[in-house]
Amino acid sequence: MEALTRIAHASIRVAAEATGEAYTAAEAKANAAAQMAGLAYGLAAIGPSIGIGMIFGKAIEAMARQPESAGMVRTTMFLGAAFTEALALIGFVAFILLKFA
Amino acid sequence: MLLTQIANQQFAQITAALVPSAGEGRGFYFPEINSILRWKDVVPGINKVIIIGILASLIGIVLFLVAAMKDGSKAPKGARNLAEVIVEFIEKNIIMETMGKSGLGWTPFLLCVFLFVYICNIPGIIPFIQMPATARMGVPMFMALLIWVVFNATGIKHQGALGYFKGVLFPPGVPKALYILVTPIELISTMVVRPFSLAVRLFANMLAGHLLLVIFALLSQALIQAETQRFFLVPVGILPFILLMFLTGFEILVAFLQAYIFTVLAAVYIGGATHPEH
Repeated sequence: MEALTRIAHASIRVAAEATGEAYTAAEAKANAAAQMAGLAYGLAAIGPSIGIGMIFGKAIEAMARQPESAGMVRTTMFLGAAFTEALALIGFVAFILLKFA
Repeated sequence: MLLTQIANQQFAQITAALVPSAGEGRGFYFPEINSILRWKDVVPGINKVIIIGILASLIGIVLFLVAAMKDGSKAPKGARNLAEVIVEFIEKNIIMETMGKSGLGWTPFLLCVFLFVYICNIPGIIPFIQMPATARMGVPMFMALLIWVVFNATGIKHQGALGYFKGVLFPPGVPKALYILVTPIELISTMVVRPFSLAVRLFANMLAGHLLLVIFALLSQALIQAETQRFFLVPVGILPFILLMFLTGFEILVAFLQAYIFTVLAAVYIGGATHPEH
């Protein structure tokens, strides 16, 4: 994580030099936080996205095999999707806290 | 390193092209988060979010009062028809699927929760209102705390305080040695994670949808303004607008789905507290 922060700092410094603007410590911190926020949400979305894909895929399989159980499968599917989705949403909240707080 | 430098210079040029310098009227710049979410008070202490919340509860109350005054022996139409559809949906698709027949007594409570959350969600896509009340943390947090109090109180009422906490902390069917691990996990997941995830799920879904709509609306506006000056942008300017329309439709689905999931989870928690596992 520290290496990533260092890269973010370096890239911002290069960008600031390219535009010829002054580069203060507070700005550097805000910029690094913004970049880390994007990274945090991206990382948080990887696992849940795969999980939600699997949940819906398996649910469709189950409904295709046994159409009469579709109602029960659908409720359970939404429950599972809600639990999985919560992980990605916590990442989104972390994004908001990093970016705006 | 050279690649990073080139990429950064490219990035700086693109940002310089998109973000207007002082005195230039066009470009894409995202407003401060406060100007999107923090509304000015209409009357001191009452802003848009609170008005939506009050309206949401009033609409539910009025709808069911009107429906209740109609003659029940005739074929339902109008307000009574709508009310019956909602009640049937709650009974058939939420309670029967999660709590079974013995949970039908919870219909009024879950109906209130569902209607309030749904009517708070749906203003996110209604033109000129366009703010889901649940996109401010206060509303979902209060709802989640309410559910937390209700399911804990139900558990204590049905199983007694000792029995309920024994069922929560020491789930049956686990080897005795594992309780060192299981008990803290169960305590945190039931008492902390449940209300937290219930509130955050609703809040983050609605806020994410709201921000998406704002971003694409601003993007289409910026590109449509830019079209008058750059000929090649004409076909590009339409694309975010098409996606904006698509996302607005998607938000209707999300508003319903989140209210549904919130109610289903509330029903699952209450049902779990009423009937312990054996």
